[in-house]
Amino acid sequence: MTDLGCTPSQTVGPYLALVLPWEDGCDAVAPGTPGAVTIAGRMFDGSGDPIPDGLVETWQADPDGRFDHRDDPRGPRRYSGFRGFGRCPTDDGGHFAIHTLRPGPLPAGDGQVEAPHVDVSVFARGLLNRVVTRIYFPDEAEANAGDPVLRELPADVARALIAVPDGDGALRFDIHLQGPHETPFFRV
Amino acid sequence: MTQLVLPRGYQPDDEGTHPPLDFAGYKTTALRHPTKPLILLPHRLTEVTGPVFGAERLHNGDDDLTSYAGGEAVGQRIIVHGRLLDSDGHAVPDSLIEVWQANAGGRYRHVNDQWPSPLDPHFAGYGRAVTNADGAYRFTTIKPGAYPWRNHLNAWRPSHIHFSVFGQAFTQRLVTQMYFPDDPLFFQDPIFNSVPDQQARDRMICAYDHSVTTDHWALGFRFDIVLRGRAQTPFESEPDDD
Repeated sequence: MTDLGCTPSQTVGPYLALVLPWEDGCDAVAPGTPGAVTIAGRMFDGSGDPIPDGLVETWQADPDGRFDHRDDPRGPRRYSGFRGFGRCPTDDGGHFAIHTLRPGPLPAGDGQVEAPHVDVSVFARGLLNRVVTRIYFPDEAEANAGDPVLRELPADVARALIAVPDGDGALRFDIHLQGPHETPFFRV
Repeated sequence: MTQLVLPRGYQPDDEGTHPPLDFAGYKTTALRHPTKPLILLPHRLTEVTGPVFGAERLHNGDDDLTSYAGGEAVGQRIIVHGRLLDSDGHAVPDSLIEVWQANAGGRYRHVNDQWPSPLDPHFAGYGRAVTNADGAYRFTTIKPGAYPWRNHLNAWRPSHIHFSVFGQAFTQRLVTQMYFPDDPLFFQDPIFNSVPDQQARDRMICAYDHSVTTDHWALGFRFDIVLRGRAQTPFESEPDDD
């Protein structure tokens, strides 16, 4: 069997804004879609300063917990064409915001069920590789309690992966690359 | 919820292929690297799927960076081509590749790049392409210049082109930099040297390709990009339960 070595990761550097932000990047779902929710936050470094040159990417299931992707054996049902992908650069204050639909729960393949979640990739100058985290939802206590990922984590770590209600149905999820509030990050 | 057999996950990264997040030589990592150990995330549906973008994200001329704003860019015209593959050698077709780079003088068209080298009115420094059925892609561009930065005394980045690729799964997402053969600036560049394994580092260097060099037109370079392949057994990346 061929076994090619993988190409290494390198930092996005300071000038990712030349091409990576898309006009419709922050919209994982078309604007005006009923039920859309905003997940907003700020990105901070280890001294608590906002990161003005970062990029957040999100990937998630549709509200039925399905993916419009060949490797979801069920395929999409009601949400064919849902992009499910958001990409938002941070501004001078480190702010980002993704507009999307809330994902549904997902089968974990072993009889367990994953709670609704959004996978997040974080890119920035000074990050030699992306870092990955997950956003869970604050009003899904029961599903979160049964989630096979959250369940394995100490309570304070699991709590740090749950977004915070921010009024009018909006959610807040800050990303701290380092420091006392360091976001839990995953190896994928 | 109905029982579902998940698709296979992806192979774990080889030791030494990717840079550590904390790399003292690259000063900006100091306050931007997580200090706690990363938590292993098994590959389930969200990870084995991913955003797949194709021609719908392209605009006319996105694969030619040399003719911005109705004129010709200054510098050595080059053709960069290659294949997007997984580590089993399978082509990754229909996959968006985004690139960005400095101009021939080493200056980026970005408000934060103000070092005294001129902008080129006909070089914007970004492009897009989609891989074909064989995973092949091709750009026409200008060889980027080296440029100074403030990381250490007399620090210069070797010539490079930034590549961003999606592959076909969240686990395959990769942003890297392509370097040119025999660059004399490698020895002092902490970003290039952050990759621990020498062979892995060398995989970021394109190869001169005379078969693509075009007479009286452009020099050819080949750069294959390799993403993680599938794990051999389901749940290979799951932690042991015992």
